[in-house]
Amino acid sequence: MRNIIAFPLLALTVILQSAVVSQVRLLSGYADLPLVLLAVWALQKQVKSAWHWGALTCLFVGFISKMPIVVVVASYLGTVFFAQLLQKRVWQAPLLAAFSVVFASVLFSQALSYAALRFLGVPLPLKDVVGLIVLPSLLLNILLAIPLYALMRDLAHWVYPVEE
Amino acid sequence: MNSRSLQTTIIFLVIGGILVLAFSGALGSASRGFTAALADVQTWISGRFLGFQDFITAPRDIVSLRSRNAELEAQVSQLQAQVIELQQRVSETEILAALVDFSRANPESAYKAASVIGRDPSPFLHYVIINRGSNDGIRRGMPVVTNQGLVGRIDAVIADAARVQLITDPGSSVNVYLRDAQTSAVLNGSVTGDVSLDLISQNATVQAGDLILTSGLGGGYPADLIIGKIVTLRVLEFELFQQATVQPAVDFSRLEIVLVITNFRPVDIAPLEPESASP
Repeated sequence: MRNIIAFPLLALTVILQSAVVSQVRLLSGYADLPLVLLAVWALQKQVKSAWHWGALTCLFVGFISKMPIVVVVASYLGTVFFAQLLQKRVWQAPLLAAFSVVFASVLFSQALSYAALRFLGVPLPLKDVVGLIVLPSLLLNILLAIPLYALMRDLAHWVYPVEE
Repeated sequence: MNSRSLQTTIIFLVIGGILVLAFSGALGSASRGFTAALADVQTWISGRFLGFQDFITAPRDIVSLRSRNAELEAQVSQLQAQVIELQQRVSETEILAALVDFSRANPESAYKAASVIGRDPSPFLHYVIINRGSNDGIRRGMPVVTNQGLVGRIDAVIADAARVQLITDPGSSVNVYLRDAQTSAVLNGSVTGDVSLDLISQNATVQAGDLILTSGLGGGYPADLIIGKIVTLRVLEFELFQQATVQPAVDFSRLEIVLVITNFRPVDIAPLEPESASP
C-alpha cells in the first residue's frame, strides 16, 4: 500500500526535472532525474514494484516531452531491466551497481533518442551529440546517483518494512 | 543634659565644624588633600560597586540580548526574503513593461502573455512549457515572441499549458528574409542551441551585422518578426549556397515571460506540396 507514494514522488521528480534540473547544464547536457531515481529504486533488493514505477515514469515523462513515446518507454523500462539484471550480480557493492546501471541506462536512452530523432529527419551531428550531450550527461547522472541511492534505500526500507 | 551627653555634642560640633571648613577649602592644602583622598576612596568604591553590579546583572542582560538578537535576526531574514521577492517583482515588471511596449508598437497582433514554467526533459530537444493553454485561447502553431524577437511556435496544447518549439531546436526551420541583402534564406536550429542560416543565394551580398526577419513564406510564421543578426558568413565557391552563423535577438537561456500571438493562424501548405516522385 505504501507503494502509492510513487504517484506524488514521481510527479514531483518529473516537475523538478522540467523546472530545475534541465536548467543546470554542463555544456549542452543535463541530468535525467527520473531515470536515475528509477535506476537506484529498482536496485534495492526488497523492491518488488520497479516495473510499476517504470511504467508510471513513462507516463509522466511521455506527457510533457516531445520525445517519441516509444523512446521514453524503452528508456525507462530498459533502466528497470538493467537494474534488475545487475541487482543479483553486483550485490556486494551496491553503489558500484548504481553507477553501472546509471551508466548503461543513460547510454542506452541517449542512443535511442539519437537514433529516433535521426530517423525522424532531425539533423544531429554525432560528434556534437557525444561531446556536448552524452558525456556531460553521463557525468551529471552518475554524480546524482550518489545522494539518490541513499534516499531511495531509506525509502525502500519505509515502503517494505522488515518483518520481525 | 548630663556631662557625657554634653561632651558628645561638643565633639560632634568640633568635628563637624572642621569638616565644614575642610569642604569649604578654608583649611588650605590640608583641605585639598583631605577632599582628594575622599574622592579617591569614593571613586574606588564606586568602581568596585559598578563592577559588582555588572557581575550580578550581566547574565540577565545576556539572556535579554540573545533574545533581542534572535528577534532581530528573524526580522532581518524576513526583510531579506521581502527584498528578494520585491526584486523578483521588479524584474517581472520590467519584462512585462517591455512586452507591453512591444505590443503597443505592434498593434496589428493580439498577444497573450505566458510564463515559462519548464523545459523538455530531453537534452536533445529545445522545447519550453508555458502556463497558458487552450483555456486561454492558445492553439497549435501560434508564434511565440518576446519584445526582443521570435522565440518559436506552439507545438502542443493542453487545457492550462502548452509546449513551445524554440527556433534553436534542431528540428526547427524558419523561412527568413535578410533585410539589408534583400534575399531569403532558411534558419535552422541545432543540438547545441546555436542557430545558423542556410540556403542563402551565392549572388546575394551578405555582411556580418545584417538583420534577419521572418519572411512569412510557408505560412508558419507572420512576416517581419525580428530573429537576430548575422555574425559570420561562410562562402565556398563550390557550394550552391552561402551559410552564416546567427546571433539570436532573444536570450534563450533566460526566457521567463513570452507573448503568444493569438490572432495568427498558421497555413498548412502540406496538401499543396508536390509528392515525392515515385521511381
